[in-house]
Amino acid sequence: MRIKQLSIFLENKKGRMRNALDVLAEGGFNIRALSIADTSDFGILRLIVPEPDKAKEILEKNNFVVKMGYVIAVEMSDQPGGLSTILGILDDSDINLDYLYAFVDEKEERAIVLLHPEDINAGIEALKNAGGTIIPSKDVYNW
Amino acid sequence: MIWNEEIECMPPDEMKKLQLKRLQDTVKRAYENVPYYKKRFDEEGIKPEDIKTLDDIQKLPLTTKDDLRAAYPFGMFAVPRREIVEVHTSSGTTGKPTVSGYTREDIKIWSEVMARGLTMFGLTEDDIIQNTHGYGLFTGGFGVHYGAQNIGATVIPISTGQTRRQIEIMKDFGTTVLIVTPSYGLYLAEVVEDEGFTKEDLSLKSIGFGAEMWTEEMRQELQKRFDAPAYNIYGLTEIMGPGIALECSEQDGLHVMEDHFYPEIIDSETTEVLGDGEKGELVLTTLTRHGMPIIRFRTKDVTSLKSETCPCGRSHRKIDRITGRTDDMLKIRGVAVFPSQIEKALLKMDGIEPHYQIIATRPQHLDELEVRVETSPQLFSDEVKELVGIKKKIEDLIHNEIGLRVQVTLVEPKTLPRSEGKAVRVIDKREL
Repeated sequence: MRIKQLSIFLENKKGRMRNALDVLAEGGFNIRALSIADTSDFGILRLIVPEPDKAKEILEKNNFVVKMGYVIAVEMSDQPGGLSTILGILDDSDINLDYLYAFVDEKEERAIVLLHPEDINAGIEALKNAGGTIIPSKDVYNW
Repeated sequence: MIWNEEIECMPPDEMKKLQLKRLQDTVKRAYENVPYYKKRFDEEGIKPEDIKTLDDIQKLPLTTKDDLRAAYPFGMFAVPRREIVEVHTSSGTTGKPTVSGYTREDIKIWSEVMARGLTMFGLTEDDIIQNTHGYGLFTGGFGVHYGAQNIGATVIPISTGQTRRQIEIMKDFGTTVLIVTPSYGLYLAEVVEDEGFTKEDLSLKSIGFGAEMWTEEMRQELQKRFDAPAYNIYGLTEIMGPGIALECSEQDGLHVMEDHFYPEIIDSETTEVLGDGEKGELVLTTLTRHGMPIIRFRTKDVTSLKSETCPCGRSHRKIDRITGRTDDMLKIRGVAVFPSQIEKALLKMDGIEPHYQIIATRPQHLDELEVRVETSPQLFSDEVKELVGIKKKIEDLIHNEIGLRVQVTLVEPKTLPRSEGKAVRVIDKREL
């Protein structure tokens, strides 16, 4: 139920993100979703790619520091209040969220939000109980 | 094992007698044969006969690198040029290089002192020594070479660079003793890992390192990575090259080869001579050198001298590890900061790579210090707040060490310059 996510350390300098993306492009990895957390001198690039273990290995070979982590992918209705409904579920169960990012799955005509709660298992549990649609990784990779 | 027990274990009183005799001889030769010394002694109203005790050395003027530079190229030679069989020079990074000339006898002395030191590291004629110090005008390569040949070990004169080849040879030839600068040693260790070798593939029994500032933590790191004890070599081109002081198996200071070099510690501002254990600038006088006798040379190296007896049996006094250079001391907002202090703080943090860079700037009439540190998988976290916390922790460790707030910047791995010789760790961008 969890989706593997790669986090890459980047200096906040011109061309750094492109370098990382070039490495992935050369390896033939198509990025499904990404987000960036940035501060004045560094950033963390978070990515969802198919074959994350292989992508991590290739990035590391190219001297990037990469961490493998997990997020939850949840379907939300693509209309006003869609995201708020999901956040409400977590809020009601007293689960803190570290960050989230979202993308639109064009094939299935649905919106997907990727969530990183402090406690990922508790998050999955709460979403399931509230009837949320959790999307398995193969569907995220192959939409 | 001790290479020259009679000299190395000589009772201090006898050593002092020998030193006085040799000092008197050196001063006389310098006065009679080197115009620079004659002029300086005459200006101070000193004659060689005035040196009646070892303490009388304090009457003699100090010699600086600038004095040697002014005599470029051969002005400090005390013998006709045809008696000089070899020359070396300093790197010349700070101006005209200084030239060092050696007679055949001087080269013998150099081989002797280096043989004593390499013996301390456990080198015997059965060993294979890989010398990564550069062969050329730099004294590092040849000094080690002469000492190792004197012992009769098998020397691999590979010089610096060609790192992958170094590792291949280390493995294939079965190198037992490795000579490196600390920063190159760490770089070698990194490549050993990258190439997928383990320390079991190597047969190292000891490492000699020199030509660069280091910290105890850096030694530990070298020892851990190569699984062999690492010993320090001290020397400088102006006096001879490596071999002036070397570390015994106690790893607690370097024995000065006192029958050939006379050490003093001075306060670098007042030039007053300091006592046992006091920290100051090391001043050296050659006692036996013929080609180029040097009197009271200011090394700019910061250390202290201790006379306690060493458990290894050697009686020569020891200097501490060099803790700074009087000239790479940074004055940040009036506080003296040595790069070695920052290194010490960094190595307290788990998972930090021993590569860093210090950048001094003065954005608004106030000095700022930035320390760049490479991120490693151990340091990296997926969360901004944790990464900021790690930065803060490193800043606190440095603050504890130097008493100043600095700005720590995490940079991507392997982006800081690696050195194959002396590491450039400090970039001073202030316009003073």
